[in-house]
Order: sequence, then structure tokens, then C-alpha cells
Amino acid sequence: MKIAITAVGPSEEDEMDQRFGRTKYFMIYDTEAGEYQSLSNSSAAAESQGAGIRTGELLSNNGVGALITGHVGPKAFSTLIAAKIKVFSGGKGKVSEIVSRYLAGELKETKGPDVNSHWT
Amino acid sequence: MKIAIASGKGGTGKTTVAVNLAAIAQLNGKRSVYVDCDVEEPNGHIFLKPEIDSQQTVTNPVPVIDDEKCDSCGECGKICHFNAIAVILDSVLVFPELCHGCGGCFHACPKGAITESPREVGKIEAGRSYQVEASGKEGIGFIHGILNLNEAMAVPVIRAVRKMIPESEWVVIDAPPGTSCSMVATVRDADYVLLVTEPTPFGLHDLELAYRTVRDLDITAGVVVNRAGTGDSGVGEFCAREGIEILAEIPESREIAEIYSRGSVIINEDEGFASIMAELMKKVEKRIMAEQR
Ligand code: SF4
Ligand code: SF4
Repeated sequence: MKIAITAVGPSEEDEMDQRFGRTKYFMIYDTEAGEYQSLSNSSAAAESQGAGIRTGELLSNNGVGALITGHVGPKAFSTLIAAKIKVFSGGKGKVSEIVSRYLAGELKETKGPDVNSHWT
Repeated sequence: MKIAIASGKGGTGKTTVAVNLAAIAQLNGKRSVYVDCDVEEPNGHIFLKPEIDSQQTVTNPVPVIDDEKCDSCGECGKICHFNAIAVILDSVLVFPELCHGCGGCFHACPKGAITESPREVGKIEAGRSYQVEASGKEGIGFIHGILNLNEAMAVPVIRAVRKMIPESEWVVIDAPPGTSCSMVATVRDADYVLLVTEPTPFGLHDLELAYRTVRDLDITAGVVVNRAGTGDSGVGEFCAREGIEILAEIPESREIAEIYSRGSVIINEDEGFASIMAELMKKVEKRIMAEQR
């Protein structure tokens, strides 16, 4: 399965970005291959409205099954549900550390949007 | 004559100028109308206390998808500039609060699976205000638009308000603050725009932005300086440099602030302020006549 995590830069050594729709990058971790790939989100992040929706679409088109991030707003959440992408709350830290925690089963699944629209 | 009152930001005294400019015209025997297009926060009614005699709702057409006909081709999501519709796996998601009702998706759908459904985004109320002594039986005409809570689409409400503006000798339009699409939609067919500002660096910054927006629309603008005598000389220097006329200066005054906070029409109670407004009215009238000649 592919896991997407919001990142402030294009490397697993970068910090996780707390924002979802406005994140500049995703690091995509493939659990079968055990490898990272970076994915730019700059075009969705630049949208004046609905950035979270476009970002959800991007992940869906890239075959992502789970997302780790900070805050997800309601419209982005609906999009992720439709895309059958599970959302996990990542806390704080480097991408690689947070992915290890996910693999160890330490992250909690988020069942609903936790912020209002402007965070998306 | 249509005069729009705008400002680069909120809280500069825009509504005070708009309400009292409508009131002073009525006092001087004109058929005056006040129109509040600041639909996210319409405040003019607090001062004019209108008797509302008509109401109408404003709707926006949003798409509804017929799942039987839709084959999830994705065309509708591609055409929408506003991210109001997205096709994810085999479902079509519609986000009505982002939809501008442009009709793009209705036309783009190859399967005819999209129909329009009206969604209420706001309302318009109209009536008359009898707050000015000499207004006789007629009163000041009053129209305002109200955007529903949590709605983002102010422009359709503003357009609907503009359609209701009657032909009248004197129409004062209270514009939304800032330089957004809402402000542009409001001022675009005005004969003259008054930009209300304060003589501070922040005031100047917002004035510059607002002035550029109005100039790009090719509408003549003048400036009203509120709380004159406080702050610095930046606004005056900017206006001199750009050749913008300062039509009125309203001094900082405890009395004016006090009448305002009671929600009253200021020209009824403060003579100094009333004569500033009367002077402003005459100047605006002259400038518009000169333009039209
Ligand atoms: S364009 Fe029409 S058929 Fe295609 S996904 Fe949208 S609604 Fe369905
Ligand atoms: S009507 Fe226009 S704004 Fe609304 S969903 Fe369709 S394409 Fe998007």
C-alpha cells in the first residue's frame, strides 16, 4: 500500500507539514518496496478555493491508501472518504520518524474533520 | 447619479459617510436612495432603521448529478475552475458552497447527467427610512443585500441588489471594504467613487490599493479623510502626487463618535458634520455633472 504524508520539503528527513490542502509536498511511502518518493502538491496548494479537494484528488489519482497529516477540513475529508483513503493524525516530527510510528501501529485514525475550512 | 462609497479596509467610517450622504441629500429635497452592498456585514440599517416592505431571496444554480446517467467520466471536474465538483473513483462530489453557478459543468457533461437546482445564498430587503426630519412622507429609499451565514458567494447577491436599484436623482451605494470581486462588482457602474480613509500609514496603504482598483475600472474617484488631524500627512501627499481630489475632511470628534455609537444619523444632531456632508454632496454633484458634459 502507498502511504502519503504531508511534508515541508521533498525528503523523508523533512518535517511533516501540519496542513493538508496547502502542503507543498507529499512523501509517498510504498510499504511493499520500502521506498520513498516525493510528490509535489504546488498546483493544488495554489488554488484560491478548494485546495483540499484538489489535493485529495491528487492522492486518489496516485493510488494512495492512507494519509498521515496534521489538520483536515470538512471538504477535504469528504474527498478522502470518497477516495477510500484512511486518515491518520501524525503529531509532530520528521517524516521518517512518523512513518516508523505508523508502521508500529502507534498512530490514531482520524474519523472526521478536525478544523474548519480555512485549514484545508 | 450613483455614488459608491468604498474603502480599502473596514472600520474607516465608510458606512457613516454613505448613510449621512444619503440623508443630507434627502434633507436638501432630493429623491435619495441608500443601497447597502456590503452584504457580508450590512450596517446601514442600524442607522436608517428602515421600514421593510419587500423581500426576496437570492439563489445560485448548483449542479445535481443523476447517478443513473453519470458514468464518472470526470469531464465536469476538469471544467470547474472553482473546485466545486470533483470526480473521485466512481463518485461525483459537489461542494455547493464553492459553486459560482457558472453553468460550465452543465454544458460539459456528455451524458446529460447534470441538472441545475437553485440554492439560497442570501436575501434582499427593500423599504424606506424616515429618520431624516425633512424627508416628509417619502423617506429615503433603502435596499440592502444580506449574504447568508457561512456563504462565500457574495457577488450573486450584489448583482441581485444592483438590479433592484431604481433610477433616482441620488443613489448612494455602500460598497464592501477591500478590493475583492465584491467591491468591483459593486462600484463598476457608479458615476463616482468616494474612497474613505484615515490619515495613517495603514490607511494610506489600503487607499492606494483601492484607488488603483477604481482607476483600472475607469471611474473618477475622490477621497474623504476621516479622523482628520490625527495621524500623519502621508494620505495628503499621496493624493497631491496622484492628482486625486480630497473632497472632505471629517475631524476627529467625540461628539460624532457618541452619536454614531447610539446608532443615529449624525447630520440630525451635529451641525458641523451636517455642513461638511452638504459641502461634500455639492462637490460630488458638480464633479459628476462635469464628467457627463
Ligand atoms: S461529466 Fe457528467 S457523466 Fe461525466 S462525471 Fe460529470 S456528471 Fe458524470
Ligand atoms: S456551475 Fe460552475 S462553479 Fe458550479 S460546479 Fe459547475 S462548473 Fe463549477
